[in-house]
This record gives sequence, structure tokens and C-alpha cells, in this order.
Amino acid sequence: MSFTVSIQTQDFDVSQELAALRAGDARVGAVCSFLGTVRERNDGSSVASMELEHYPGMTEKSIAAMMDEAKKRFDIFAARVIHRVGLLHPEDQIVFVAVTSAHRGASFKACEFLMDYLKTQAPFWKKEVTPEGARWVDARVSDDQALARWGIQATNTLPQ
Amino acid sequence: MKVNLKYFASIREAIGQGSESVGTQAATLQALRDELIARGGVYAEALAHGRAVRMALNQDLCDASAALSDGCEVAFFPPVTGG
Repeated sequence: MSFTVSIQTQDFDVSQELAALRAGDARVGAVCSFLGTVRERNDGSSVASMELEHYPGMTEKSIAAMMDEAKKRFDIFAARVIHRVGLLHPEDQIVFVAVTSAHRGASFKACEFLMDYLKTQAPFWKKEVTPEGARWVDARVSDDQALARWGIQATNTLPQ
Repeated sequence: MKVNLKYFASIREAIGQGSESVGTQAATLQALRDELIARGGVYAEALAHGRAVRMALNQDLCDASAALSDGCEVAFFPPVTGG
């Protein structure tokens, strides 16, 4: 039915989002979701807060493209991506991905695919405030490897 | 031709501004990056070859061989860390 993305500073309600995603679609027999939250520790330091920056325009465009790709690969009916930007604190919700399908396999897979894609292709950057000072979060090679499982070569961490 | 440049995250901070408009004869992203590096100083450091610098042309991730056109939007940024 609908494939939508929101980039926003405000928080969101997971229950409301899940209800809205499958409302009025009786074909749906499975709903899968992922919720990412702010951890209090990262790379050995405590995190007091983080600031999320993004590239307005490209962010929405890149997530729309990954939803198109998910539609081609998996038998899914609808998807919703929410990503927060701005100032966030430990325990805050950051990112939400939800997918509906007739059977669980497609929505499980599409949900993981969308997150793997987002981690290496969507233009967001995290800056953490730690006791040692503010620092930009390093990209992880393991995220490139996660996308490679789907047959997509990611070069997010590659020097060039 | 005129190109609209955008910088994000650590590259934006290093260069000291988020956007600028430049006149260039560079045909590709690679040539444009080389022109900026030739300015020296913070540009040479932030965009140095061998660093993980991601490039987007008109809001699509592109490799260095992508061809520029008049009025295009080019962005330089570090590896993304969302999610």
C-alpha cells in the first residue's frame, strides 16, 4: 500500500506506526519492525548525548530508492522508515523500520535488508558527546559486510 | 560552469562551511576534488586522497569518474553512520 519515510526531530509512537501501516489491508498476515535506540556506551566510552546530522533531500531520496529495491526483491505490501535527527540521549528512539507482507519470511528479510542498506547508503552522521569530548562516530566495516550478504557491494568505509 | 558544493559532518567542520558555489572546468568528481585539494590548507587535508571521502552528485552516491554538468550539486562527506 504505502511506502513512506520521515526524517524528523520529534519522537514517534511505535504502536501507532504499526497500526497505521497495516490499517485497511486485510492481505497482511505479518508485520516486522526494527527499532534502533541510543546506547549509553559506544567504543569504550560513556555517551552523554549525540547529535545526528543529515543531508536534506538526499536522505529522503536514498531511502525511497532502497524501498524501491526492497519492493523488487521481496513480496511486501507496505513499509515505513522513520529516522530522527538533532540532539538525542541514551534510551531515545533513533530509527524505525517496519514492513508488512502476507507471510513472515518476506517482512523479516525486507526489514533486515532495509536496515543494512540504510546503515551504509543513507547520509546520516552521528556525533557523540563523551567524557573525553565530542567525537564523530566511525563507520563500521561490519556494516559494509552486512549489505554484501544481499549481493550489494558497499564501499562506505573504503578509502579513496 | 558553476557547481554547488556541500560539505557534511567532519568534512564540513574541517572546511569551516557547509556549502559554497564554485566556477570550475573539472569534467568529473575526481577532477573537482583535485581542484579543491590544490587550494591547500584545510581543503587539502579534509579531501586528501587515501581518506574515506564519499561523494554524491545531484544527491546520488557516485564514484570519482561521474561527469559534472553546469549547475549540478556535489557533496563531499565522510562514511555515513546513521541507523
